[in-house]
Amino acid sequence: MNKLAGTLREAIIACGLSDGMTVSFHHHLRDGDQALNQVMAEIAGLGIKGLRLEASSLFAAHAPLIEHINHGVVTSIGTGYMAGPLARAVSEGFLAEPVRFRTHGGRPAAMARGTARVDVAFIAAPAADPCGNLSGIKGPAACGSLGYAMTDARYAGKVVALTDHLLPYPLFPASISEEQVDFVVRLPSIGDPQGIVSGTTRMTRDPVALAIARLAAQAIEHSALLKDGFSFQTGAGGASLAVTQFLKPIMRRLNVKGSFGLGGITGYLVEMLAEGYFDTLLDVQCFDLKAVESIRDNPRHQEISAARYASPLAKSAAVDALDAVVLGALEIDTDFNVNVHVDSNGVIAGGSGGHADAAAGAKLALVAAPLFRARLPIIVDKVRCVSTPGDTVDALITQRGIAVNPRRPELEDRLKRAGLPVFPIGKIKEIAEGYTGIPTPIEPKGKVVGEVEYRDGRVIDVIRAIR
Amino acid sequence: MIRSLLFVPGNSPAMLQNADIHRADALILDLEDAVAAKEKDSARALVKRAIMALRFGGLPLIIRVNPPGSPYLEDDLSAMVPLAPNYVMPTKVAGAEDIRKISARIAEIEAAHGMKAGSVGLVPLIESALGVENAFLIASSDSRVQGMLLGAEDLAFDLGAPRSKAGQEILYARGRIVVAARAAGISAYDTPFTDVNDAAGLEADALFARSLGFDGKAAISPRHVEAINQAFSPTEAEIRYAREVMAAIQKGEEAGLGVVSLHGKMVDKPIVERAQRVLAAALQPGLEGEDE
Repeated sequence: MNKLAGTLREAIIACGLSDGMTVSFHHHLRDGDQALNQVMAEIAGLGIKGLRLEASSLFAAHAPLIEHINHGVVTSIGTGYMAGPLARAVSEGFLAEPVRFRTHGGRPAAMARGTARVDVAFIAAPAADPCGNLSGIKGPAACGSLGYAMTDARYAGKVVALTDHLLPYPLFPASISEEQVDFVVRLPSIGDPQGIVSGTTRMTRDPVALAIARLAAQAIEHSALLKDGFSFQTGAGGASLAVTQFLKPIMRRLNVKGSFGLGGITGYLVEMLAEGYFDTLLDVQCFDLKAVESIRDNPRHQEISAARYASPLAKSAAVDALDAVVLGALEIDTDFNVNVHVDSNGVIAGGSGGHADAAAGAKLALVAAPLFRARLPIIVDKVRCVSTPGDTVDALITQRGIAVNPRRPELEDRLKRAGLPVFPIGKIKEIAEGYTGIPTPIEPKGKVVGEVEYRDGRVIDVIRAIR
Repeated sequence: MIRSLLFVPGNSPAMLQNADIHRADALILDLEDAVAAKEKDSARALVKRAIMALRFGGLPLIIRVNPPGSPYLEDDLSAMVPLAPNYVMPTKVAGAEDIRKISARIAEIEAAHGMKAGSVGLVPLIESALGVENAFLIASSDSRVQGMLLGAEDLAFDLGAPRSKAGQEILYARGRIVVAARAAGISAYDTPFTDVNDAAGLEADALFARSLGFDGKAAISPRHVEAINQAFSPTEAEIRYAREVMAAIQKGEEAGLGVVSLHGKMVDKPIVERAQRVLAAALQPGLEGEDE
């Protein structure tokens, strides 16, 4: 059955999209995404108003949403992550309703529960056939895994695929199959490859980040988890990514053969897969070109859905089988609660993504962060926003030592016996404040502009407008 | 034992505040080439504050001061010596007279501040043809001198030789400095490797320097410290052999033997002394359980 719509507008009309409905988008094209803006412009042109937007993440590229909010086209947003001008606008109280921040695993759970309903999912597909078999590994906007989009395809009332690379039926291998897709629309371009994957993920050269990463790798070495069958996840930024660089020689020295690498996948994990350090990679999102090439060419590099990655309602999820994860933090407090939502001025600067999911699932959740950024210590008495509850965080790694959560005395004992620099978190906070002094906290007092929904559906914190 | 000496620009607060986390055995707080002429005063003030406020993890501190004849040396010495750094690093040192002058000035400052005479040591930087030719005279010129560092960039320029990664142009100077240092009973430190992104080149260069007899090597990037520490630490095989030597000696003594052999080779005095040195070095903190 040919599902090709003549135009994007025809597809939107055929879906029956009307005022007050919910539309969804995935973020595999990241900051290179051009699909969301084209769709929203078309919807605005049709005069449809009062829409709810469910986007797995929103980037600087999505700044045109500010205009659509201004004109009442979009009146509420649910997302896992938000950055750029839109995040700034939301922090200034631009949107009437609070943004619902979910985790990457919480999003499919909310859709399964029915608390996040989607009327029409718009799925940017780097390759598609006329019946709606979709792939992320081919075409000019190839992004690799389509893990987050699988959720939208499964739960949305109507599914519109958008592609700039139409292939003959039946496209193979398909990540999303024709049984879930209603319409296929051809667009001149769905994304700018420059912004989709960052080319090569560059290992940080910041010596402080490297010192933190080395210590984190040593903590993993002495956690009793680094043995055959070891599984590992890391963020793509700064110190967390650099942990892989230090973990590899340790695995070689101890002759450890890992089981799987999980999460957003970078070239470094691809390299470790190719060199036999891991049996397989479970990939919900490719972060660079090497990851895209690997998921295309290496059958050991598997694509997984957001639900399989991290949904707490899945019958089982990969994060629950995870040994160790290294996460970042904008702030962490003395109860080990982590903030990855707002910056030191209280402005929205991200979101959980898979942070809270991986912390909850992994046997060892490490937060790796510098003792201070600019002149502000990252350890505070109370975080401005709880993104990840402290009872799921096992230790903080800084350049001047490790603080182990008092809930993990046996871990503290192991790391101390290994001769690693372990201190109470209050002591590390004091060290930081010895350099910076104690800053006066900035506490936004405006209306609630964001609600942080934990993976189980509870709202665990709110974000307030900065003015 | 100092294996790695990390250069820290004296005008960089960010680098100063984290200088002690990179596992270097000593820090060289630089007031010379890293600092532009118009920033000399502010760098001096910053380094002074940093030494007073930060403990640098108790690491030995070496202050690299501006060369004799520059308008900055006197200010450098009078600001830094009262802070009781472990060492001052005089630059562009050409002969023993340079050292004697600096040592005399340091002695005056020590006395004026009620410091123990001779408490501030010297690690001169040898970076000219004349300096290399006078290396032994410099090394033995003053009891403050406890080590020498080769500065290959300026030296190659002075020699009129292109600077290369292989470093054949500094081979003679390296050998000369090690011999002079040993003859004077002080330590010899090798020039930094300047390509911060060439890890393999760094490792080869550090191992080569060690093979010539250097005790350690300077680093211009924190990312070089780990490889330098590795290169100048005894290998597992060396430690194992040293333990075997000491065990064989003990056994021989117990059996009342005058001559002991190990793996068919006679164990003589230099072998024993080398084994003792290796085992002493192996006791350095941080050697156990380090990454590759």
